[in-house]
Amino acid sequence: MARYDSLISSVGHTPLVGLPHLSPSKSVRLWAKLEDRNPTGSIKDRAAIAMIDQAERDGLLTPGATILEPTSGNTGISLAMVAKIRGYKLICVMPENTSIERRQILEMWGAEIIFSQAAGGSNEAVRVAKELATKNPEWVFLYQYGNPANSFAHYSTTGPEIFADLPTITHFVAGLGTTGTLMGTGKYLRDKNPDVKIIAAEPRYGELVYGLRNIDEGFVPELYDESILSRRFSVGAEDSVRRVRDLLDKEGIFAGISTGAILHASLALAEEAVKAGEPADIAFIVCDGGWKYLSTGVYGATNNPDVAQATQDLDTQLWA
Amino acid sequence: MPLLGDNKHMSIEVRIPTILRPYTKDAKVVAAQGGDLAGVIADLDQNYPGLGERLLDNGALRKFINVYINDEDVRFIGGLTAPVKAGDSVTILPAVAGGQ
Repeated sequence: MARYDSLISSVGHTPLVGLPHLSPSKSVRLWAKLEDRNPTGSIKDRAAIAMIDQAERDGLLTPGATILEPTSGNTGISLAMVAKIRGYKLICVMPENTSIERRQILEMWGAEIIFSQAAGGSNEAVRVAKELATKNPEWVFLYQYGNPANSFAHYSTTGPEIFADLPTITHFVAGLGTTGTLMGTGKYLRDKNPDVKIIAAEPRYGELVYGLRNIDEGFVPELYDESILSRRFSVGAEDSVRRVRDLLDKEGIFAGISTGAILHASLALAEEAVKAGEPADIAFIVCDGGWKYLSTGVYGATNNPDVAQATQDLDTQLWA
Repeated sequence: MPLLGDNKHMSIEVRIPTILRPYTKDAKVVAAQGGDLAGVIADLDQNYPGLGERLLDNGALRKFINVYINDEDVRFIGGLTAPVKAGDSVTILPAVAGGQ
């Protein structure tokens, strides 16, 4: 069934595609869940729609209300589309070191952007948003890092879709930001098969992003439950850029930079399975397409063929 | 690669985040020794007094400190007892909000 009542109701049901060229063997296979096929082009549509629906059911969101959210882009873009259609105002707190496309798309759907300083990255955006929420109690603070509707969206949609398409799944790999995707999908897959390994790939940014004034300003999302994860990898910009190019060159998939980090971890797991002589079906998330990151030059065709240079250009950027 | 099994006298590369560099005279990467993470932290604290206390609280890793051995989070591979060998890379980072 590919007919829907509206754009918003078409969220999810994304394809899971095999990677015949990057998979190491017939028995160790990689599968990409193409979340760029969602209404605004990222996996965040699932969480955004779920959080708004829940806030409406709870009576928090009423016509004309203002929504506030800290975001580095995708969640804000998803919220902006839904807010526009349903008549809410959206204020996003976004770090200033994000790609220009994200700002353009947010503005296109009528969101107001308050920029937080580059140092501290999303940590700073969360801090500023929490402050604004306290000062403006009439605004609806959905707060993706601690909103159970975020992870539940993945428990009720992403997880069931993957398990239905790939009942033989052995590993699930996704990015770690709010942790909503991994918590929700991971819990669903574990409920179905306790042996499925749930693996986090966490983008490791340049130093500026970790520029806290002191350690006590650190942050762990309220949604995060370590017991859901089997392993957690930190992946730097260079590996992420290299892999996002591999995905493009070998499989034709044009993905955002954070997907490169996820693919890097997935390939490491695939290699381990080959070495151990064990079969594996490794499903990973393609968070979004590469469109919003073209200006960073990481795709290399013309303006930045050198991986080292492209990596260096990302050093001060919040690239995922 | 380890040579002749004499791992404890060979060095492990430890990456220090900006916020902890006052302890390492601004060095971004320092060498340490130890057979597991606890050993590495003890060695770091000996060479850079006070650093251990910023990483540990009551004998456990602090909540807002993440440590990775060869890019893997130590909390899933044994925590302070995670084995470390010569040539390994240990990265210390503050836990911060990821982009979304």
